[in-house]
Amino acid sequence: MNLLDEMNEKATRQGVPLSTHMDITWRCNERCVHCYLDHDGKGEMTTEEIKDVIRQLADVGTFFLTISGGEPLLRRDCFEILEYARSLRFNVKLKTNAVMIGPKEAVRLRKLGIEQVQISVYSHRPEVHDAITKLPGSLRRTTDAIKHLKANNIKVSITNVLMQFNQRDALAVKHMAQELGVNFTIDPTITPMLNGDRSITKLGITLDELHDVMRTEEFVGDVAEFCAPVATVGSDVLDGYSCSAGHTLAYISPFGDVYPCVQFPMPCGSVRKQSFREIWYDSPAFSELRSVHVRDLHTCSQCSHTAYCSRCPGLAYMEGDMRGPSAADCQKSYARTGIPSAAMSRAGKTIPHVHIGLVQISGLQ
Amino acid sequence: MATAEMYLSQSADIAARTLGDDTLIMSTLDSTIFVLNSVGTAIWNAADGRTPLSQIVHDRVCSEFEVTDEEAYADAREFIGQLAEHGILRITQEPVSPTEAQ
Repeated sequence: MNLLDEMNEKATRQGVPLSTHMDITWRCNERCVHCYLDHDGKGEMTTEEIKDVIRQLADVGTFFLTISGGEPLLRRDCFEILEYARSLRFNVKLKTNAVMIGPKEAVRLRKLGIEQVQISVYSHRPEVHDAITKLPGSLRRTTDAIKHLKANNIKVSITNVLMQFNQRDALAVKHMAQELGVNFTIDPTITPMLNGDRSITKLGITLDELHDVMRTEEFVGDVAEFCAPVATVGSDVLDGYSCSAGHTLAYISPFGDVYPCVQFPMPCGSVRKQSFREIWYDSPAFSELRSVHVRDLHTCSQCSHTAYCSRCPGLAYMEGDMRGPSAADCQKSYARTGIPSAAMSRAGKTIPHVHIGLVQISGLQ
Repeated sequence: MATAEMYLSQSADIAARTLGDDTLIMSTLDSTIFVLNSVGTAIWNAADGRTPLSQIVHDRVCSEFEVTDEEAYADAREFIGQLAEHGILRITQEPVSPTEAQ
């Protein structure tokens, strides 16, 4: 176990929100076809409200702070917010499309000690990337920004969201990332709209396509090892939790609403009505979430994929039952191993050709 | 303790948070991670650039933990040397102003 794992375990035991994802705006200068947000900025927290929340997060022990959006740099106070967060010694990551990052902004980010800048790149071809972002010239501007960031020794991570339009370009994007000297991650995740509208998940790759991705050595490393089923499920797994959401991870919207994760839209409170500490420790919603161990999952606890499935409780919640399976994760385990999940078996394997939608593959570099 | 006095100040190029008795520190320059135990945390929290190491050891370590000044000072020097190597901590022979210490 490495030091970070040890601290995560300690944070879990102590109930510390070690990581918080904070969207400071949902406004954006791109209009990505798969975006799960509306872009209304009405009612966003003010600079002082955001600073107050950040101070509260420091008080309760948050170490990793992701500032995101929307496009966070659309806020004129974005650098002021980043500077304030760094003054409180957060490890700060910035998620941005980077089109507003020029040489001066890159220098400012370096001086602030931003840990990493995370950027989505959809294709190495401008006609594909720009068609997805609906912002002409966006690939060129994003690529230029990456070069400015790298020139200032800032770590950059490219995420390539896989959709039907662009999934054939994934390897070329990986090669582009290698040439730029930045990390690369693929993400076959199309998150449903936070208002529950799932129509955009149809943009996601098919099960057959995901099957192929999971058998591509350049993405997963040792394919045989990656796709091998794990039969045994120990009590450590059953006594554990599906993920860190609500245990060591929180999400705060631009309007001050608190959720377990950006992909888990279960309302837990508002920092405009209560302190973050009160919400984190006393919210009935957080308490209920924390009471759910893997052994309490009515279907997944009996599933042969339990030991390695990346079941997302937020997806399950959006499908109607926080304790139930997430169809997208069932499909992911099926694509990976060829073995139907417990939920798929009960349903008579009737869902193999549903679009993947929300599926994440973690640890792919 | 005939050696020259040392003053410690925390680098600005770090992220840090104390969880219980331990402190998690990450360098923003090279992403090196340190987890300080309660003794390390006591020294870290006292690293204000103005308090000499010998006083930190005496006031924060020996008074709190059962150890002699000499043992604690030797251990502390090794500890701060490791942090200084990674740019986590700055060591000076003279006290620094509050502005410089940040």
